Amino acid sequence: MNQANKILKWFVSDSFIVSLAAIVLGLLLGAVVMLVGGYNPIEAYAALVTRVFGSAYGIGEMLRETAPLLLTGLAVAFAFRAGMFNIGAEGQVLMGMTGASIIAITLPGIPTGLHMILAVIFGALFGGVWAGIAGFLKAKRGVNEVITTIMLNWIALFLSNYIVRTFLLLKGDQRSENIPASASASIDWLSSAMNNARVHWGIPVAFLAAVFFYYFLWKTKQGFELRAVGSNADAAHYAGINVGRNIVKAMFISGVFAGLAGAFEVLGVFHYQAIYSASPGYGFNGIAVALLGMNHPFGVMAGAALFGTLSYGSGGMSFEAGVPPEIIQIVIGSIIFFIAAQGIVRFVIKPFYGKRKKEKVL
Amino acid sequence: MVDLLTLGNLINTTLVFSTALIFAALGGVFSERSGIVNIGIEGLMVFGAFAAAVGTHFAEEAGMGGASPWVGLLTGLIVGVLGSLIHAVATITFKADQTISGVVINFLATGITLYLVKLLFDGAGETPLLLETFSKVNWEWFAGIPVIGPILGVGIINSYPTTYVAIILVAVVYYVMYKTKFGLRLRSVGEHPSAADTMGINVKRMRYIGVMLSGALAGLGGATVTLTTTSLFSHTTISGQGFIAIAAMIFGKWNPLGVFGAAVFFGFSQAIRNYVQLFAWSASIPQDFILMLPYVLTILVLVVAIGKSRAPAALGEAYDPGKR
Repeated sequence: MNQANKILKWFVSDSFIVSLAAIVLGLLLGAVVMLVGGYNPIEAYAALVTRVFGSAYGIGEMLRETAPLLLTGLAVAFAFRAGMFNIGAEGQVLMGMTGASIIAITLPGIPTGLHMILAVIFGALFGGVWAGIAGFLKAKRGVNEVITTIMLNWIALFLSNYIVRTFLLLKGDQRSENIPASASASIDWLSSAMNNARVHWGIPVAFLAAVFFYYFLWKTKQGFELRAVGSNADAAHYAGINVGRNIVKAMFISGVFAGLAGAFEVLGVFHYQAIYSASPGYGFNGIAVALLGMNHPFGVMAGAALFGTLSYGSGGMSFEAGVPPEIIQIVIGSIIFFIAAQGIVRFVIKPFYGKRKKEKVL
Repeated sequence: MVDLLTLGNLINTTLVFSTALIFAALGGVFSERSGIVNIGIEGLMVFGAFAAAVGTHFAEEAGMGGASPWVGLLTGLIVGVLGSLIHAVATITFKADQTISGVVINFLATGITLYLVKLLFDGAGETPLLLETFSKVNWEWFAGIPVIGPILGVGIINSYPTTYVAIILVAVVYYVMYKTKFGLRLRSVGEHPSAADTMGINVKRMRYIGVMLSGALAGLGGATVTLTTTSLFSHTTISGQGFIAIAAMIFGKWNPLGVFGAAVFFGFSQAIRNYVQLFAWSASIPQDFILMLPYVLTILVLVVAIGKSRAPAALGEAYDPGKR
């Protein structure tokens, strides 16, 4: 009873209503932009919804789109909680891909399942170590993590390409060999039940990661230390917390989240690793997701689902209604904007909001 | 021994790569010195690059010939300012989180510009190729000077007009920042806004100006890329230069001269990739490692030589007069 009340209260809470209003405003703004461009927004949004929720395949693919967004969102949010801005999830995803590919492709003959788990673990470690470098340099030399993570993104891009090109290459192609079936993270039975949607173990892992994030930060002593460092490093230091070690630890865990995203993209979705000419953009989307979710793991979950739905659905929009899919970036951008600038949202919803409050008083 | 002509060419390429970074990073200095984090430089450059392509294209169609790129440069500047106004309104008036707002700018910029390109040019993914772009201004006379001729005439005084503008701007920004009342006020609202407020400085106004100047300069930076390097705008025209500019700003410790040095360093380490390949000993080095070089160098320099850099004290905080 008490629990139900708590949930009910949360639904009418300020932050929930403001977030909802921000989403509605973002979609409305997108509609206005479509109208200005001479497109029919109702048709476009209908096509978006149909593409995602019109079939089991659509739902599976939406989840596939959501998983890396959730993991990179968690990566960015985790670092934020410890007071750092990890712009480097992008590079950590690439290193995660590379770590997983190396184990998957160069070590054949490991039993099915175990091979996949090993590859995932290596991907996660690669991502963690890559982010850990930035943490280490900040802790030891005070180097600003924003610069190092930007630089490490580029280094990861070229290093991954080098490794794929030199050790894993499919002859005559711009990608690695296929990973063996023993390392695949696809969920085959579910996939065939969903018309071959590329569902994989990374999807449940991503949601578990969000739960871990919550448990670790708010229910353990180590998590408390991380948050203390995040809110005031000097005070934390004075209280006897080893700030440097916590910075490295926070970046490492952040990178593990991103590394997992990369590992599952290779093992569960593509089944090979491409040679990228430019960063694929996972990490930058992760920043948006973290901000959508206000750096709270469950918010990030909702943000990733929203982002995943919009971005997968946008394909249907351009296909069915001829609307450029770029419009979705405008919608997502403005939703984040409205969540950040809550003053604007409160200003807009004030007339409705004020009335409701008054009724309560009566 | 590297011959002087190669050195001259290397310097020249360095300046080409540095120009956009100098503009954008100087823009970052204005915004952050006033206390507003601007992670949206990348997006503002996208706005500028797009507007420059569109402005130049329509100026060409209107028959403006050689003046077209200048029109494009101006449109880039104006649209950069307009883009930065979103950031200013959100962060200064509505006190939104500055990092978030900046990320939003990056998102909106790619979305809006590519959408507009499709609307303006019948569903195309990029703007038409520009016929009139900037070409290098050179005085052959300098190249004839003995010994230093190649460095001076081939390297430095053989650049795009935008490069000269950028270098002059470094001096101007330095002067404005440290030798004028305006600069002192701008820095003071970034360091201690409530103290500035009690001295009668309008904090919000100063910050609006700071952010708008950063929009203007980032817009110029983006426009420079279009008008000297790519000759059109597509989704790859600006790919990471804004973030490098942010790195240059922090690297240069928020000081115009330092920022200039950092931007040239980044430009140099990108230019040197093309020259390293000229030597026999470098043939054994994989291409990917040469591409990696500038970024590795940056981290090494930061670790060994620079270390901590101190941001303006009030950076990232919305100004709330009621707060103590």
